[in-house]
Amino acid sequence: MSSNNNKEEPKKPAAAPPAKPSTTKTTAPAKPATPAAAKPPAPAAPKPAAAAPPPKKEPEPPAFEKGLVDEIKKKFGDSIKTVFIRPLRIKIQVEPRDITEVATFLRDSMGFDHAESVTGTDYPKDGQIEVTYHLGSYSRDDLGAQVLSLTTRTNRDDARLPTLINVYKSVEYHERETFEMLGVYFDGHPRNERFLLPEDWADIPPLRKDFRIKGR
Amino acid sequence: MTSLEDKFEESKRLGLQIVKESEEDRLMTLSIGPQHPGSGHFRFTIKVDGDYIVYCDPDPGYVHRGEEKMSEYRNFIQNIPHLERPVIHDSTNITYAYSLAVEELVGIEVPRRGQYIRAIASELNRQVYTLYWLAIYGIFLGHSTMFMWPTGDRELFIDLLEALTGARVTHAFNIPGGVRNDTPDGFKDRCIRQVRYFEKRLKEYEDIFYNNPLFRQRTEQVGVLTKEDAIKLGVAGSVLRASGIPYDIRKAEPYDIYNEIDFKVQYMKTGDSFARSYVPFLDMKESCHIIEQLLDKMPQSGEVRAKLQPNPKGPPGEAYRRVESGRGALGYHIISDGTPKPYRVKISVGSFRNMLALPFLLVGQKLADMPSVYWSLNYWPVEADR
Repeated sequence: MSSNNNKEEPKKPAAAPPAKPSTTKTTAPAKPATPAAAKPPAPAAPKPAAAAPPPKKEPEPPAFEKGLVDEIKKKFGDSIKTVFIRPLRIKIQVEPRDITEVATFLRDSMGFDHAESVTGTDYPKDGQIEVTYHLGSYSRDDLGAQVLSLTTRTNRDDARLPTLINVYKSVEYHERETFEMLGVYFDGHPRNERFLLPEDWADIPPLRKDFRIKGR
Repeated sequence: MTSLEDKFEESKRLGLQIVKESEEDRLMTLSIGPQHPGSGHFRFTIKVDGDYIVYCDPDPGYVHRGEEKMSEYRNFIQNIPHLERPVIHDSTNITYAYSLAVEELVGIEVPRRGQYIRAIASELNRQVYTLYWLAIYGIFLGHSTMFMWPTGDRELFIDLLEALTGARVTHAFNIPGGVRNDTPDGFKDRCIRQVRYFEKRLKEYEDIFYNNPLFRQRTEQVGVLTKEDAIKLGVAGSVLRASGIPYDIRKAEPYDIYNEIDFKVQYMKTGDSFARSYVPFLDMKESCHIIEQLLDKMPQSGEVRAKLQPNPKGPPGEAYRRVESGRGALGYHIISDGTPKPYRVKISVGSFRNMLALPFLLVGQKLADMPSVYWSLNYWPVEADR
């Protein structure tokens, strides 16, 4: 099976990466510091929203999505920070103290009725962890393709956020996973406890950047 | 006649060790899995009071492999083979969303023929997955024929995929920029022939399984998930569509060439185990039409993948792309910091979302209904664990 595989794919994209890894791999042990240094600018970029990534896409934010953001902004004003507005994708950032209120508004008035996933991303350079709720809608047809990323950031050393379980029941397991993978404690969540990891796991949360896979 | 109380008094007087049963004694804790033949690599603890389930707590993680962490150590291309491990039976779909997200980050345009071949491969792979799922559902309910037929007919699609990709199960066929290779000679005729044969078989599936009064009794009105609850729990895929919500990513947010394809989103309104098991069947039927259309509309010649730089990378940014897999919406959220390796990869899978419905539906059911509810959730433990 695999020999057949190899026969058919001596073409570039498949062949090239195996060549590359050797270079990346040799530099890898030394590199971790540099990527870490290089990485944060990416997350930091969203703040000066017009800086790095947007220029090509930002010029004309799609009307429908912009309308949605305007509606949220009308209600909450400057406490909502728009990170980007792209076709079908919106990302807004709020302070942890506002998140429950904003989520309730999104659910009740905007029609975002469920959370698809909850993602945590560690930004050691900023000393923060960003938690993203991907919200979608089943009940409103025009929102079917939209995914609204509701994000908030918390201090990395004392990562605590209010839970959204009372607004979106669907975040229950996702938040629990975020707790164990990134060590973000969700205040009010009934079970901030072990979920996917082994019961005897005794290390730092594995999706934090300072956790390294053994031997890497 | 002596009352029960008197009897206990009497027994005490005689020095007999007869004790009354307390409330807690009536509850029995059962551990389903992780070695249960039907559960997959997944355990859930239930408590039963007599015949009825009064408590259920899922305990996933037996096949957690840290796919998300592993992705951060490999570049965008190296990530493909290991990212398909969570669902090897649906490996084309699980790498589809990944490829779409990387294409968005790196800025690659996929040639039209590549888009068609991709869609064909993913439809074929969805059939493979659904047949596998159906086979386990069949044997889980004690219907051996329904284990053997889908397992046998699955070979039709596996053979087609083998001809197309070179591998039977783990294809690593979708890559950012298109697909790995072009269709072999005579693929279209062979594909149409086998798909048409399969359509005839589906009729027989319906007769022997779905119209079987025993199967119907075990599934109809069992584990009903209402529309409102389905939305609240945020379930995905066939579970959602069985509860009366016609939501399919292929329709809601058409990717690649799906907006050129004419198909209907299959859904039912009853929300019971029967609906949840019948919707994937309807999907298989519809998928046959989609495959035929795709083969007809596919450009006869052209590139199947865009040229990639050796170690592709894009500007810092993030992308969230979804496809409809065999188990519902499957999304990748990839954050890139401008290097060839992703900074963070989050895989949002239908199985993980549908797991929330398990305790919700099982509590209050009879233990004998557990298999028909559990496996109707289209839950794939390995995918949920990632």
